Amino acid sequence: MARTMLLIGTRKGLFIMESDENRTDWKTRGPLCESWPVYHAIHDAASGSIYAAAASEWHGSTVWRSNDLGETWSNSSEGLGYGDDDPRKISKVSTLAVQDGRVLVGVEAPGIFESADGGETWSLLSTLAGQPGSEVWDDPANQPPGHLGISALMPDPDDPKSFIAIVQGIGAYETTDFGGDWTPRNRGLRADWPREHEEVGFCVHRLVRSPTDRNRMYQQNHVGVHRSDDGGKSWNEITGDLPSEFGFAAAVHPHDRETFYVIPLDPGHARCMPEGQAAVWRTRDGGGSWEKLTKGLPQDHAHLGVLRAAMSIDRNDSPGLYFGTSTGQVFASTDEGDNWAEIADHLPTIWSVEVATVD
Amino acid sequence: MADVHLPPTLTPLFAGLPRRVEIDAPTVAAALAELDSRWPGLRDRLLEPGPTIRPHIHVYVDKERAGLDTAIEARSRVDVIAAISGG
Repeated sequence: MARTMLLIGTRKGLFIMESDENRTDWKTRGPLCESWPVYHAIHDAASGSIYAAAASEWHGSTVWRSNDLGETWSNSSEGLGYGDDDPRKISKVSTLAVQDGRVLVGVEAPGIFESADGGETWSLLSTLAGQPGSEVWDDPANQPPGHLGISALMPDPDDPKSFIAIVQGIGAYETTDFGGDWTPRNRGLRADWPREHEEVGFCVHRLVRSPTDRNRMYQQNHVGVHRSDDGGKSWNEITGDLPSEFGFAAAVHPHDRETFYVIPLDPGHARCMPEGQAAVWRTRDGGGSWEKLTKGLPQDHAHLGVLRAAMSIDRNDSPGLYFGTSTGQVFASTDEGDNWAEIADHLPTIWSVEVATVD
Repeated sequence: MADVHLPPTLTPLFAGLPRRVEIDAPTVAAALAELDSRWPGLRDRLLEPGPTIRPHIHVYVDKERAGLDTAIEARSRVDVIAAISGG
């Protein structure tokens, strides 16, 4: 029987939650990766390996890997750096993806490294050099910590040479030749601040693509929720009557391109769900209208925050939807968001939740 | 031989790495290079590009704060500390 596995990156290590196909009873393992802060973890279905992007205040950045579904771990940062003579520093490895047989990792300060040997060694693939906006992140005065990085990498399932990289606070860029050339993909987005370039200067929090239609994308932006019907070439706002235009997490239904989920948050200092009432919002018509989903979620002083990589959806016939909070809870729904159950509490601050189905 | 004391955050990362290692090296940099030759990858956990000692790693030679160029005597004690990183 297939297992459903949640990879939960937290401030105090990686946790793995497992269940059978019913996704009702869950067992938790962890903390893994020696309790290093884990920003993102993925399962590579092709190799069966798990990769975890981690950064320690003491010992720097590395990528952990496990070839036995998390029982044993090793890590390597060999080649994961800009070099002794480069003013750019890596403060953390933020996000992982697998594309064309390579493991990709996005880092802060912005850059993408690749590994062709399953995470044993790394080499620099691209810094998006020369792209509009790169003068900001390449400026030695703007080096991390406290500055911006690659917050997500999104492979194109139909083209092994194509993927999208999101530069935090700058926008999305697409490459179709595996990191050689890049094109900004932000046209039509809103920005409520001055920008130096027409094509960039947008704050893309989370971008997702429909598995049934590669041209259908959604994004939760710093300002608004947006939809693209042309693979990211142009965007239209669909915020509508959501209670907040601000949020981080987003997920698209695996079998229905019109169904999409967001978790609106207070845009101020709180960055929690409005009114202390936990809710996921769903559209079933591509953003034309929104439903508030609360059944099984706490409604009394539930000041929950959910970060950009902390919601995920599986590909079962009745898809499972999962999100983790900044206060260590994990909630799950196996009926498309109608009903929710808390499946973990008291975990460390959750930065990412990824779901994998493994045999 | 200098007596090098390593932080407990480091030892789980490298098979067989003890908390105390005896090293024959003239400087802190040379000692770390020797450690890296015996436990590949260890240098990256203590140094960042430059190279410089990572901001939250402190090195002391005979109780004095040290840099990479600090000399080590034959009977020196070298303490590598994982310091000041919150809770």
